[in-house]
Amino acid sequence: MDLLTKHPKAVQFFVLLAVFFLLCLLISPSDSNVLWRFPPLLKQLPFIINDSVRYLMFDWMPVQVYDPIIDDFEEKPLFREFTRSISSIFLLVINFVREIFLGGVKTVVAFTDWDFINENPWVRWPALPWTVIAGWAIILGYKLQGKGLAILAGICTIYLAVFGQWKPSMETLSFVLIAAPVSVLLGLIFGIWAFKSKAVEIALNPLLNVAQTMPHYSYLVPVIVLFGVGDHAAAIATIVFASPPMVRLTLLGLKKVPADIVDSGLMSGCNAFQMMFRVLIPTARRDILIGVNQVVMQCLAMTVIASFIGAQGLGSNLMIALNSLRVGTGIEIGVCIVLIAVLLDKMSLAWANKQTDYFADLTFFQRNRFALVALVVFVLGSILAYIGSFIFRDSYNYLYIVPHNKGITTAPFWQLTVDWIWDTFFYALKAFNEFLITKILEPMKSMYLAMPVAATFVLMMGAGYILAGVRQALIIGGFLLFIALSEYWDRALITAYIASFAVIVSAVFGIVVGSICAQNNTASKVILLICDFLQTFPSFIYLIPVIMLFGITDTSVIIATVVYASVPATRYTVEGLRSVPQVMHDAGSMLGVSRWQRWISIELPLAFPHIMLGINQTVIFALFMVIIGAFIGTTDLGQLILKAISDPQGTGIGLTLGLCVAFMGLAVDQIIRTWADNRKKALDLA
Amino acid sequence: MRKKSMTAILLAVSFVLFSGTTMAADSSEPIKIPIKNWSSQIVMAHVIGGMFESMGNNVEYVPVDNQASFEAVRTGDLTLVHEVWQSTMQNAFYSAMEKGGLIDAGTHAAETLEEMGVPNWVIEKGLCPGLPSWEALKDCHENFATPDSGGKGRWLEGPQSWHGDVMPNRVKGLGLDDKWVVKFAGAADALWAELKAAEKEGRGTIIFNWTPNFTDAAGFTFIEFPPYYDGCRIADGGDLSSTGCGSPTGWLKKGANYRFPRSHPQAYTAFSKLSFTTPQIGSMAALVDVDGMTHQDAAVKWLADNEDVWKPWTESILGDTN
Repeated sequence: MDLLTKHPKAVQFFVLLAVFFLLCLLISPSDSNVLWRFPPLLKQLPFIINDSVRYLMFDWMPVQVYDPIIDDFEEKPLFREFTRSISSIFLLVINFVREIFLGGVKTVVAFTDWDFINENPWVRWPALPWTVIAGWAIILGYKLQGKGLAILAGICTIYLAVFGQWKPSMETLSFVLIAAPVSVLLGLIFGIWAFKSKAVEIALNPLLNVAQTMPHYSYLVPVIVLFGVGDHAAAIATIVFASPPMVRLTLLGLKKVPADIVDSGLMSGCNAFQMMFRVLIPTARRDILIGVNQVVMQCLAMTVIASFIGAQGLGSNLMIALNSLRVGTGIEIGVCIVLIAVLLDKMSLAWANKQTDYFADLTFFQRNRFALVALVVFVLGSILAYIGSFIFRDSYNYLYIVPHNKGITTAPFWQLTVDWIWDTFFYALKAFNEFLITKILEPMKSMYLAMPVAATFVLMMGAGYILAGVRQALIIGGFLLFIALSEYWDRALITAYIASFAVIVSAVFGIVVGSICAQNNTASKVILLICDFLQTFPSFIYLIPVIMLFGITDTSVIIATVVYASVPATRYTVEGLRSVPQVMHDAGSMLGVSRWQRWISIELPLAFPHIMLGINQTVIFALFMVIIGAFIGTTDLGQLILKAISDPQGTGIGLTLGLCVAFMGLAVDQIIRTWADNRKKALDLA
Repeated sequence: MRKKSMTAILLAVSFVLFSGTTMAADSSEPIKIPIKNWSSQIVMAHVIGGMFESMGNNVEYVPVDNQASFEAVRTGDLTLVHEVWQSTMQNAFYSAMEKGGLIDAGTHAAETLEEMGVPNWVIEKGLCPGLPSWEALKDCHENFATPDSGGKGRWLEGPQSWHGDVMPNRVKGLGLDDKWVVKFAGAADALWAELKAAEKEGRGTIIFNWTPNFTDAAGFTFIEFPPYYDGCRIADGGDLSSTGCGSPTGWLKKGANYRFPRSHPQAYTAFSKLSFTTPQIGSMAALVDVDGMTHQDAAVKWLADNEDVWKPWTESILGDTN
């Protein structure tokens, strides 16, 4: 009885597990047994979805559109005309930014037509010499923060140019420069809206989760049909993917603003607008800035996937390099992506942190000195490029634009490194791999597959009930029911097995490493940089060495997943622990707690809600990566999603499978989020 | 209202303009050519693009995922596809054609071979004596086992989207299913990574591969299975007694959006005449994979070296009126 009153949850869990195992024993595995596997009642759903999506995309409200090129009228569906007009706006802006960097004719074409260009070959927007852009980046870095950022900007731009990745980098940059601000803006708007209205918050949450957990491959074909192929489609897909964390963190930040500050705002006579933009948002700045960081990271993490639907630049070059196994080139391109991410992130943070000096009394020269220096750089760079056209008369003008793949390359070095890793570690890893597969993974997989569907429901809904409540338990049941009634339950179990293994490893790893690093300022900064690196360094690159070391096995998928999914666990742990107020530390010290006690009893509990948000992200990242694992070779939902693309019914099948994955994420999200909220209330943090 | 009337006027003007010119002139809108992720495809894209440019057309290259590209051609976001491999892409190709919008623009002279095989060093090391005959597979499966294959030898097949269950059925049809198991790789790069890892370790590996491909340089031998005949596969009405058959030599097709012949009649004519042979495609890929050139440079060089091959395709039968 003592146990029951002291640890009611532990007892409840014990009972739950007992029931679960009892059910596993009692229910006989046969296809006719409903408790073993539900009948696939939703079997027709993919086809219904397919037909309705196709109807919307191809047949709904056709309008007559005149096509001057083939001199004929064509019927086009209204919805697609609408989405296509969004596309063309994006395309116009992206091309404009791109042609500032690289030159071209498309912006001119947008206002005239191709015939005009053909007749007037001289009409061509010139590219900015790379020296000018590098110079401007350095000046901007200096203006925003000082020497440090200026040096970083210099290193990044010069790296891009020297290694012959200038052109693809600028192509990637031009679409990120559109996608990231739009994502931030959308994130802010929806975050504020959700803060103002509980209904919006409730409605947004599942949408955000679906947007984050739906595997890209499942909506590739609809995106292509609705938005076309090209940078515009890629930018739109990126925005869908990058905005959710921004919404979340904006909302989180606004909610955390203490009531006193709101009151003081009210007492100062703020109107609603002032309240939001002068009081709430500046106070919530910390979380919002983490959101900005996430947007930049996610945008660049998308560069590779974006190249599947037409984004020019680094992503597509990367896939080409990897397809002929040129890992060295791949790493070089990956570093470019990371550098751009880090530079953009630092610059946007510096810009957001910059305080306006309202009292400065500056002369014209002082106010505009950076613009003047930039002008000087522009003139100098242009002159250099002009001189260059004489020096490099017969080859490429290296002072104008370093041509693609004509720079220095470090590929052989990276290749040697990869070879060295292989030679040094292969045999040790092989033994580990065999042990892991035969002793842990294969048995774990068969255990998952041996669960009767009724037992799985009891376990998941029971856990939801104990940790969150009746409502959550019912919602989880709903999500699971969808998967159980589709044809894909067994596949989903395999996805769940890989993902849950990876989540456990990632969470433990992330919390431990995060906690250790959070004790020290420098270590925190370094680990956050590593997180940025791993989050943006395209996973496709290390998939290749991982496959070489571990073969086309589940181990490879799990390792790739752990590398990626540890990032949020680590990041949120560090940030959560770092944001525990110094007062709390001092209070603890005064009470004479040891460092260990302080960590266990003060820091961890206080940071717990934030860490749980990290674990929530870890689950989402893990599911995402397990599906990407289909590129290695899995037998789970991901394999079917990849296969659906070339299937005539693929749109419907892909979307159904995508929903299955999203619902798995949502079910876990329900438990963790409510649990974290309850803890927060218990700790009086909310 | 004003906007509407403007549109009407513009429409009228364009009607007049278009009725004034002959329909044979190519539109100045760019022809959009997909860039996928293997060398010969990319070089060929730039070769074809170069041909079109020599005819005065505007060309745009768009990177895109291979399997998804057919839908894009169908809806007109891409103008053409120029390297459609029968064995791995016919599903996507014909599914887009049936949905409407994609047309068959002819077949290359090149015949392709896509089949299970082993790198040459597997034979040299004697890991499976008797190869390339498939009968040899009856006695050497232990050398091809992996931790997760349960003691059986492993065939590494490409993604399931390429040929569905053809390979598992073949293993059954040959009566090898108690000794061999088929594993699907997720993507082509997974195949190459396996190839390289197996070579370093010196263990046996059987993978799905094709020619012409960059692996030709290092030496690759295709296994000789019982010959293919129409109807031997389950999808074509066969059963497990006949599914042991090997792969047919496959076609290499071109496809285009249905508007292409009308929007760019000259370019389309050239595109439909165009037909590359296996050595020609091999030489395009070799410029990149062996000589280390960039894809663009390789295309420029190929066009310069092979004018007698491609010039005839671009010449108009009607004469140089346009």
